[in-house]
Amino acid sequence: MSTLRALAAAQAVAAGLAQPVATVRHLHLSRRPLVLVPLAMAGEANAPLAAMVGSAPGEGRLLIVPQPRNRDQRFAFAAELAAIVLPYIDGHRTANEAVAVDRGRDVRYRYLDAPQLLVPNPAGVTFLRLLGRSTRFRRADGEYPVPPQVPLLGRWLTFFAERAEHPGSSTLVAMTQALTLHWATGQSAVEDLHLPALLGWIAPPAGLSGAEAAARAEDPSSCPPAGPATDPEFDNRLLAPAIEAYAAADDEATRVEAYAELERLLRDQLTPTWELMWRGLGLLRALPPGARVAGRWDGDRDAFTAHADHLDSDGAPQPRRDGAVAAAARLHRLERAAATYAVQRAYDDPLVMAEYRLTGEAFVGEVLLADPTRVDDSGRRPVLRPRIQLLTTDPVLAPVGVTLTSPSRPGQKARLVFVTPTADGKTEVVLELSGGMGRGLTASPGSVPEVGERLCYTTLSDAYVPGAAFPTADETPWTHGGPPASAAAAPDEQWA
Amino acid sequence: MTGTEQRLAAIRGDAPPKRHNARTIAALTGNPGCTRRAVLDGAGVDKPALAERIGFPARFGQSRFAITRGNTFEAQVKADGGAELLRLVAERLGVPVPAAAHWTDLGGGDDLADRARRSATLLTEALPPTGSHSDEPAGAGEPSPVGEPAALFDHPMLGLAVAGQRVHLEPDLVAARLGGRFHVVEIKSFPVIDGQADPAKLAAAAVQSAVYVLALRELLTARGHDPHLVSHEVVLVCPRDFSNAPVAHLLDVRRQLLVVRRQLDRMDRLDTLLVDVPADFTADPAADPAILAASLTRVPARYAPDCLASCELAYFCRHEARGQTGALGRPVREALGGIADVDEVLALAGGETVTDPERAEAAALLRTAARLRADALATA
Ligand code: SF4
Repeated sequence: MSTLRALAAAQAVAAGLAQPVATVRHLHLSRRPLVLVPLAMAGEANAPLAAMVGSAPGEGRLLIVPQPRNRDQRFAFAAELAAIVLPYIDGHRTANEAVAVDRGRDVRYRYLDAPQLLVPNPAGVTFLRLLGRSTRFRRADGEYPVPPQVPLLGRWLTFFAERAEHPGSSTLVAMTQALTLHWATGQSAVEDLHLPALLGWIAPPAGLSGAEAAARAEDPSSCPPAGPATDPEFDNRLLAPAIEAYAAADDEATRVEAYAELERLLRDQLTPTWELMWRGLGLLRALPPGARVAGRWDGDRDAFTAHADHLDSDGAPQPRRDGAVAAAARLHRLERAAATYAVQRAYDDPLVMAEYRLTGEAFVGEVLLADPTRVDDSGRRPVLRPRIQLLTTDPVLAPVGVTLTSPSRPGQKARLVFVTPTADGKTEVVLELSGGMGRGLTASPGSVPEVGERLCYTTLSDAYVPGAAFPTADETPWTHGGPPASAAAAPDEQWA
Repeated sequence: MTGTEQRLAAIRGDAPPKRHNARTIAALTGNPGCTRRAVLDGAGVDKPALAERIGFPARFGQSRFAITRGNTFEAQVKADGGAELLRLVAERLGVPVPAAAHWTDLGGGDDLADRARRSATLLTEALPPTGSHSDEPAGAGEPSPVGEPAALFDHPMLGLAVAGQRVHLEPDLVAARLGGRFHVVEIKSFPVIDGQADPAKLAAAAVQSAVYVLALRELLTARGHDPHLVSHEVVLVCPRDFSNAPVAHLLDVRRQLLVVRRQLDRMDRLDTLLVDVPADFTADPAADPAILAASLTRVPARYAPDCLASCELAYFCRHEARGQTGALGRPVREALGGIADVDEVLALAGGETVTDPERAEAAALLRTAARLRADALATA
């Protein structure tokens, strides 16, 4: 928890309203995201009970499982969900673009757009991950056949869930996480997991404070939980009798009636969350996107294209567990992504950068002097090395000699030459610039900061760092998990 | 009745004390510093009723579906005189599966003390006297010189001293005596999928099991046996993947044992705590709500967001802790330099002069943070 975020939370308590902790939006939002609100049956291993799903507020489709313990009905649910999710995914495979690779010697293609799934909370992500796990190894033939789209859905859901672990990815987004990335409420992190309360703090209904709206949102009888777990009271009082009535129906008319009643109950539980999802989306859309959001979405489109290609070629399901090398490579990838994501957010957003200013890793100052024509001729060849002097009130903890970058001039390096505290508690900083000024010994216009400009400089680097190399699976000794054994679950694995 | 017991009975009101279970004792380790909770739990107050009465009902409802599933799974695992359970446990421990085992159900009967005595007698009957085991055996599955037959004890009634008071544990375990040692066996209906369980549920199960291990060890000690006949390795039986097939896992609860033990040791004796509790303090759910609420506020609490998942009084204490940085979570409070009060945080952030030198550092941090935040919001 950064002090700046904590301070925003304290301000939220005092104001009775959530406070911004970002000035730009740090995630990509699709024009047509697929919103999915799942419910699970209590006590069971990720047994779907119902879902509301669709890509526009007025197009929410309700899917229900009248007997959640029934295996065939679970797979029927998966098939119905697949009939919505798969066409949605395929709709993003129409147009692609060429991307130069290998320094322009080759090209590869990626889809112009990618699917985006929105669920209410992290538990919703887990639900999809486990639904993917329970369906991706199914087979359309053999002893326990399922509809062919079910294993395909499983592979896609697994893909989405894996992307959700990738810092900065917007492929599968939990609404609570997206909102708390941009606002701090006056409640704790566990309470922020409750979407109705979180939105209560951020956008309370007229006449209520955020704290009051959040308190109201905690009463499950008037405000159902955002799933996948249902309210136990609802289970005991309404759902259980309705499920029993459906099971006991012995003629078609009674069954239809009992089914309709179940639908009505579950729709009532899901609709409030469905509406909150679109409200949350609206709040996020109102924020301008950060400059590096599109670049990260390119990565999502790459991953989407790669997975689609994989399914087109052999389409094997993702293994139950990664081998040792795959696990290490994955961890490395995630760590790099996390570091890049943190830096990019700071570069995109002065409010995020402020956290680094507080810890002395960045400072903002005004240019007092600039020597844009300074040439360093101590080496073999004279080089252009302008110097600027800034005055800052921020603490400067970076050591002399270190290379800094300004988010507004990412192509230019600035070496820290002098740090001099002034009598009134401020700090004078002298920086020597290189790069981003054109060729020759004269800086191109505007490439050197001018006197009076306010600039941020930081030790955080946005530069690309190549990843580590890992052996391929075939080159891996068996002691380290390769060559890969088929890690598929037995196709007869029960789901009952 | 001792003076303390009388005192506790008066606090509780007319009702008999609520029974403890491993969950409630495990929960004590969650908020060790809370006097209010220690007094209420020590007195066996009906906290759900109390919370309801003062207008802050707890929300620990359990779904019928979850209960049914739990019971069905447990019954399935225990079927046939525990034959399947015995096989699972023996295989997991790496000992030969005995052809048969005694199955003793120690449940039933109303008198707690009676049940506890019966449990103790039957559990220790066939054990050798203390001294035959000098040190803790190296492995859980180590064959032991003790030749007594394998036995499973269902629902043994165990006891523990909690805050100076002897409490009986609602027995929700099977004790397996196999290869000369006891293992606590817990049957839980949450699934283990690809070798992974819900971390929160797993953690809770581990602490609860540790409570049982501790209680079993105390029982053996009290009867003159070596406490280490009870293994620190607990057998957790859960459904595997998405099926109903049970699978056994070993859980090393040594760390949890230390935590529970330390907590039980550290919990001040209740009579010491009671010295500071006002003489007319009442938590009798039958009392007037306003009096109850006022009474509660006179016993210090230590609210943290974790309380929401572990204590029935959480909504009341949260309400009382409004305006405290701790109510937002410990990390928030720490990030704010440890300042407890939101108003004070904002005053310091706004540049109010500090008189207390201990607050100077926090004040400087908050002032800078406020300046940077305002600056960033203004330039954005
Ligand atoms: S809810 Fe209140 S009484 Fe219970 S542990 Fe927390 S602070 Fe103590």
